[in-house]
Amino acid sequence: MNINVKILRFDPEKDRKQHWETYQVEASPGDRVLDVINHVKWYIDPSLTFRRSCAHGICGSDAMLINGRNRLACKTLLQDVVKDGGTITAEPIRGLKVEKDLLVDMEPFFDAYRSIMPYFINDNPAPAAERLQSPEDAERMDHGSNCILCACCTTSCPIFWVNGSYIGPAAIVQAHRFIFDTRDAATQQRLNVMNQNTGVWRCRTAYNCTEACPRDIPITQLIEEVKRAVMYQQA
Amino acid sequence: MHHRYDVLVVGAGGAGLMAALYAAKGNVSVACISKLYPTRSHTGAAQGGVGAALGNVAEDHWEWHMYDTIKGGDYLTDQDAAEIFAKDVIEAVYELEHMGLPFSRTEEGKIAQRKFGGHTREFGKAAVERSCYAKDRTGHMILQTLYQQNVKEGTTFFNEFHVLDLIIENGRCSGVVAYELSTGEIHTFHAKAVILAAGGYGRIFKITSNALTLTGDLMSIYYRKGLPLEDMEFYQFHPTGLTKLGILVTEGIRGEGGILRNKDGERFMERYAPTLKDLAPRDIVSRSIYTEIREGRGVGPDKDAVNIDLTHLPRDVIENKLSEITDLSRTYLGLDPVKDLVPIQPTAHYAMGGIPTTIDGECIADDNGTLIEGLYAAGEQACVSLHGANRLGTNSLGDLIVFGRRSGINAAKYARGTELAEMPENPEVESRALIENLKNADGSENAARIRKELQETMMNNVGIFRNGPDMEKQVEILRELRARYQHVNVQDPSQRFNSELVEALELGFMLDCAEAMTHSALNRTESRGAHDREDFHTRDDVNWLKHTMAYKDFSQPGNVRIGYKPVVFKDAADGEYESLTTYTPAEAAGFKFPPKPRTF
Repeated sequence: MNINVKILRFDPEKDRKQHWETYQVEASPGDRVLDVINHVKWYIDPSLTFRRSCAHGICGSDAMLINGRNRLACKTLLQDVVKDGGTITAEPIRGLKVEKDLLVDMEPFFDAYRSIMPYFINDNPAPAAERLQSPEDAERMDHGSNCILCACCTTSCPIFWVNGSYIGPAAIVQAHRFIFDTRDAATQQRLNVMNQNTGVWRCRTAYNCTEACPRDIPITQLIEEVKRAVMYQQA
Repeated sequence: MHHRYDVLVVGAGGAGLMAALYAAKGNVSVACISKLYPTRSHTGAAQGGVGAALGNVAEDHWEWHMYDTIKGGDYLTDQDAAEIFAKDVIEAVYELEHMGLPFSRTEEGKIAQRKFGGHTREFGKAAVERSCYAKDRTGHMILQTLYQQNVKEGTTFFNEFHVLDLIIENGRCSGVVAYELSTGEIHTFHAKAVILAAGGYGRIFKITSNALTLTGDLMSIYYRKGLPLEDMEFYQFHPTGLTKLGILVTEGIRGEGGILRNKDGERFMERYAPTLKDLAPRDIVSRSIYTEIREGRGVGPDKDAVNIDLTHLPRDVIENKLSEITDLSRTYLGLDPVKDLVPIQPTAHYAMGGIPTTIDGECIADDNGTLIEGLYAAGEQACVSLHGANRLGTNSLGDLIVFGRRSGINAAKYARGTELAEMPENPEVESRALIENLKNADGSENAARIRKELQETMMNNVGIFRNGPDMEKQVEILRELRARYQHVNVQDPSQRFNSELVEALELGFMLDCAEAMTHSALNRTESRGAHDREDFHTRDDVNWLKHTMAYKDFSQPGNVRIGYKPVVFKDAADGEYESLTTYTPAEAAGFKFPPKPRTF
């Protein structure tokens, strides 16, 4: 099939503002959006800039706005977003500074991540073997630990767009993973962080995050669970 | 810009993050350079688990794991490395658990374990549950957990920095030169010790499970200095990649009971490996699949795949324990493993070879075992050699944590006892020249086209089945591609985020890795592990029980000089380790694990 790939371009050394460029590409319905964007870079305009690595949805590098929705370019097949002769659009994810073309400044996103103490805390001496945990308790971390930090959720959140100091859904998902880990000993500190004015109460349950997540994490539900834990001061 | 650290780690996957963590515990200043953001590293793509003889599900012993690793490696494994590994990986897995890694659990609350290819009880009697797993995203959990711990320890990260050169003078490494993607600036990192842990180079093949960023940068940089790459001919094709795409389908699906079937629905592995069947080591399963395809029993439009069958497994096993791969086959093939057969084909997956190191991670400079002071390597980048001629499934994650940790500890120890070595006056001169050449070339060639040709020809001529004439042809193809590479020109003039420049640099690194691999494979006139010669079909212990050391021969572009390094064996009588220089059956009889014909 033949499709048009319309990309929002920006070169910080040349352009004063973003502008659209359209490229014609021959592709197969089963191709990934990343494949056609790579094709543009490799054979049409090598200056096109974006992040990518694993190309199968596990590294979280290539989050972008495809046809107006946050997705991973490597996990979106053409057949799901465009017909023969049609057009797909690709824009940088929103709410983070655009550095060049589809590449944004990820530092604020990782700052929010780092602010929630994203690491296991338990200072009691560890046993010689593993700490025991029931399969049911382990399952409570299933969704939270599935996150790949791609930023699809946070950059689809209207609250984050308006107020960048909100830590955003991805950071709360990470916090959830530790708050609901029965082995972790810092629940209280974690709940205090979530209770700050940059924390969980900013969420207005717009559900954009849940819809955007390429790993099908029920993010809004996890945020609600964290809110309840803060309210009742227990996980 | 100029930076100074006691220990500098290059690469932020499992090995690099483990090394950084342990170096930091050694009271030295540590920084970690990555060409990605750390959580993007390809360790995250590992699915099935990390093998360790915990015995949580069935009786197990580290000796059995050691033996399986050696036999899986077709006796090219250095046995001292295998012993350290099989013992240490048990403690290392507990340590990951203590760092909070969310492992799947047994009913008693212990770390869950499942079967995996080549892992057996009682020295090959039957498959054993040894793979410790977190659903089918174990690598993702290891990467996340180790990054989290580094955040906790306050490790300094330089993200999206591309290393262009190692600074080595008079047998001592004093740092690296790196290109900062966001500014185009060249940085020099002055360090007492440098640890290389930047992963493999699967992108030299057309069908691969590897990330687009796995281009062998640091192996190539090492090789360009006239230093050796060990056992480059041994490259693992994972049996099960999603057809056409090469995306990894975990061996855990066979560990959980998945069955490979040809077009007739036959469970063909019963013919090739009567005891372990679908759970034979990867080299054997991949060759069996290709044999089925060659003999006309493949599936799919091009008859170039076989099916993996999970339809007899309970839905909750597939959706819960194998959720990642269920998602991948639904997303990319529109197939649901609960009710559909999923077509797979072997995919280029893992380099057994790489930068030669000692069991303490120290880099080796020549056939005599001379060390480069202050330089360490770990993970897929390194060749310890734990994996010999073929790596067992799960042993890559085990390798990362065991030898990442060892190199971190040893680098910190070395750094504590030494001063910064003097740097040459303009250490970045060659790196600047590398970039200038790419910006000023005549531009008659396109990097992407050369890369595509490299990937297709390597797949055809140096893939699963190899022979002399095809590889000789590939040697000439590589010379031609190298000559054409000189004409590649970077058109994007920008300083900031010049990803075109980066891709062009990476192509140069890939050409080196392909060259070292092809020459090493052409030179080894036997079949062993993942290296299968149609013209030399058997293993030849008398002549080839030795490691290959490939050196760039600067007399002419594209030339390679081959040297050798002995294999380490354990003596059965005194338990001491000895380097095997010449093989005789009498001497081999005295080994604890002597080379034997490999049946499964």
